[in-house]
Amino acid sequence: MARAVVTLPAQARRGEIIEIKTLAAHPMETGFRRTQLGELIPRDIIRRFVCTYNGAEVFRVDLHPAVAANPLIAFTTVATESGTIAFQWVGDNGYSVTETASIRVE
Amino acid sequence: MSICTRPCLVLAAACVLLDLRAAGAAAEIPPAERRSGYEFMGRETRAMQDDDAGNPGLLWVLDGEALWKRKAGAADRACADCHGDARASMKGIAARYPAIDAALGRPVNLEQRINACRTGRQKAAPLAFESRDLLALTAYVARQSRGLPIDIAIDEPTRPFLQAGRETFYRRQGQLNLACAQCHDDHWGAKLAGSPITQAHPTGYPLYRLEWQGLGSLERRLRSCLAGMRAEPYAYGAPEFVDLELYLMWRARGMKIETPAVRP
Repeated sequence: MARAVVTLPAQARRGEIIEIKTLAAHPMETGFRRTQLGELIPRDIIRRFVCTYNGAEVFRVDLHPAVAANPLIAFTTVATESGTIAFQWVGDNGYSVTETASIRVE
Repeated sequence: MSICTRPCLVLAAACVLLDLRAAGAAAEIPPAERRSGYEFMGRETRAMQDDDAGNPGLLWVLDGEALWKRKAGAADRACADCHGDARASMKGIAARYPAIDAALGRPVNLEQRINACRTGRQKAAPLAFESRDLLALTAYVARQSRGLPIDIAIDEPTRPFLQAGRETFYRRQGQLNLACAQCHDDHWGAKLAGSPITQAHPTGYPLYRLEWQGLGSLERRLRSCLAGMRAEPYAYGAPEFVDLELYLMWRARGMKIETPAVRP
């Protein structure tokens, strides 16, 4: 099943600023809501998102309960060299998803 | 759900206003004045729907694509084993539903059609209404009709069901004694509890509502409208709902399918 979708250009010129969009399937349950019987629904959120470019961290986000479900994270980076851009989402209840994408830089 | 109280009070106030203005009630919206719910949205929400990289409904479409290819049931068959590539075989299908099911002799909506295939052909248990899998499959099938005009054919067998749906649309119901038409024919473009009243054209279902934080069907939307009118909502898959869906789709004939749409 689709856990996350990553969109970025397949190739870029060296030094070009590229936009990366990521969409993760996640309920982002705040931990503040209650059921109709009054029981607290336990928190279940993504806590951290990290993007690495050929192993070097280029972008990181800490997420909190106010973030909506299925968070869209869009950011830019500079296309420095061809290689692999890796994405990792880590959260409550052992949630961990990784995605990779390759980019060709000329 | 403490947030329910205030919109209901506003709704009560609004219906007094509606009653006063109902004397000169408008008829059906002329084709040239029809607007998709998309046109009532803010710039940001429109951008969210238009950008495949940011439209969260695509998560369900991708799930549906995986389900389409997965073998299920005692027959051990996948949707793709009979229907092949959905991009070709399902193109335009959602634009023609609800449609008459020959065996039942009455219209079924897309969800019911998928479940009929599951029980009849795949020999599998039907998927529950509003379950993630049924929404995903429906969204994937309907996605193949994106951009195509709604094309509900009304023939002799369909006519009585269309008429039943039309009657539901114009019938006052619930404690607030409101009909769908009072808001969506007569007062579209006005505001209710701060939100625009749209024309109720079901162009983008199943769609992602920011309020729901997820994908939902047209019947889910209709149920929340009925609850807002303080009427008893019909059960999922009820004939009254399918007739109403048929009428709404016919009412939106020629408008373009937007699935998976995004709405506030």
